Amino acid sequence: MKRILHTLLAAALLALLPRAQAALTIEITGGAEGALPIAIVPFGVEGQGLPPENVSAIVTNNLKRSGRFAPLPEKDLLARPHQGSEVNFRDWRALGSDYLVVGKVRATAGGQYNVQFELFDVFRGARITGYSIPAGAQELRRAAHQISDIIYEKLTGQPGAFNTRIAYVTVSNVAPKQQSYALQVADADGYNPQTILTSKQPLLSPAWSPDGTRLAYLSFENKRAQIYIQEVASGKRELLASFPGLNGAPAWSPDGTRLALTLSKDGNPEIYVMNLASKILERLTSNPAIDTEAAWSPDGQRIVFTSDRGGKPQLYVMPAGGGNAQRITFEGDYNARGRYSPDGKLLAMVHGARGQYRIALLDLETRALRVLTDRTLDESPSFAPNGAMIIYATHDGKKGVLAAVSVDGRVQQRLLLQEGDVREAAWSPFGRRLILQQ
Amino acid sequence: MKRINQLLLIVLPAALLFGCPAKPVKQEGVAVEERGAGLEGGVTQGAGGDGTFAGTELDDPSSPLAKRLIYFEFDSSEVRSEFRFTVSAHARYLSQNPEAAVTLEGHADERGSREYNLALGERRANAVRSLLLAEGAASAQIQTVSYGEEKPVADGHDETAWSQNRRVEIVYTRR
Repeated sequence: MKRILHTLLAAALLALLPRAQAALTIEITGGAEGALPIAIVPFGVEGQGLPPENVSAIVTNNLKRSGRFAPLPEKDLLARPHQGSEVNFRDWRALGSDYLVVGKVRATAGGQYNVQFELFDVFRGARITGYSIPAGAQELRRAAHQISDIIYEKLTGQPGAFNTRIAYVTVSNVAPKQQSYALQVADADGYNPQTILTSKQPLLSPAWSPDGTRLAYLSFENKRAQIYIQEVASGKRELLASFPGLNGAPAWSPDGTRLALTLSKDGNPEIYVMNLASKILERLTSNPAIDTEAAWSPDGQRIVFTSDRGGKPQLYVMPAGGGNAQRITFEGDYNARGRYSPDGKLLAMVHGARGQYRIALLDLETRALRVLTDRTLDESPSFAPNGAMIIYATHDGKKGVLAAVSVDGRVQQRLLLQEGDVREAAWSPFGRRLILQQ
Repeated sequence: MKRINQLLLIVLPAALLFGCPAKPVKQEGVAVEERGAGLEGGVTQGAGGDGTFAGTELDDPSSPLAKRLIYFEFDSSEVRSEFRFTVSAHARYLSQNPEAAVTLEGHADERGSREYNLALGERRANAVRSLLLAEGAASAQIQTVSYGEEKPVADGHDETAWSQNRRVEIVYTRR
């Protein structure tokens, strides 16, 4: 009883703590049916000093937002165990929870914490997994995301992508016809937004380096499109491409040593690959049409790109060293900005048909095309690193918003910014992991 | 058409202000912003209602040179016949005034992908450039830049807005 009071008190105090305002609020707009029932008991708090983050609440929100889980409402919890020895499986079976998560956050010396959690299969009455994660105060959200990843992977068979970030561009009107652009990076749940660049001129096409430390992007700050690469942590950046004409569509090679880009310095937009160490350029396409929006296959063997060489924009695939390009989209009169899924089996794209621009997925094996979204001006698809979701930009009334959809189309989310437009989202690779202890 | 008139009204007082025709006007990007701001109003009084006019041919609102916008069909960079006269007038001016220079700003509507639209805007600017060159302008007099769909003049999400946004703007950087 005393323990329960203690927990309640801790929860109440937690709720009173000032917390970082989410820049992006994420709401599920469709598809919770078929979600796995799971009970996540608010984690116990032990030791001196309250943790600055509510770890179990972050886990609950993550799992709920994924659309794959239906966390039991907190008010329905009959018991508040914090470790396996306190669990009575019969209680949880009665509640219809298939799975149960319990844990505690223990303050250790020097502002450090130890986050313990255990995942149980309620019907079998068996422990599935459990770890202890040492984390600093600033790492508690990361620990919560990592716990979410572990639960997600154990129960869906697919790695979680909660411990990731999203880069996106915000646009706000500072005066009539005068915009302020910002390149921001936030955790995948919308928290910890950080502005890494502001400009009075357009910013677009952010692309994460495969190690997640740098972003390549386009900036018009010098009155034309140029490509920069910026270190996310330090803000240090380098002007990479400033050739005459267009400098666009940066795309990292999977090994991070090269960047595919679009340049029109030789007359019209062509795809080049720049070696990032030597800065030597290699031209991959040679066609009087527009060739742009390169993206590498995950194995680095092929490059997909947009070309209107057939009269209208369609997707083509060529060997990563250049050479024969084969058209791969045939449905719809507009297919652009192809992006490979992390397993290389699917291509996401902007698919235009009958005046509607939507996100579609092409199965590269069966060549079947599935339209995933249902609005009219959807663009800029970007896969989560686990391949489960695609984030993209769309409109909500007059406002530019981000949305995400699961590859099966069932789960839909909307990511809203309180003020202004948000667009051009890029989902980061998997984030740095904290060390797990058994 | 109304837009063109508005543009003109903004260009005019600026020209009157600077007086000297040889004086370079501001860089293209800045000009876009300022012109945009002007569209919100407050500038029209500078045009004067009495028809007096004290500038060069470039500043003459009745000259074909006053038209500096070329509009395009969706996903097309073909300069339609109705705009050929405007382009010819600028080509003639450029060939007769070798010190003059323009930047051609290519734009696209918001549909489809941003990077493709960037390429499309460039192709539109290049289409106008080719015509200017064919009719006597020198390549040193012409710069091109594409803003793709990033700088719409009309905010709507329909054909009315899109048709205004698919454009090339002829911006004089030297006259």
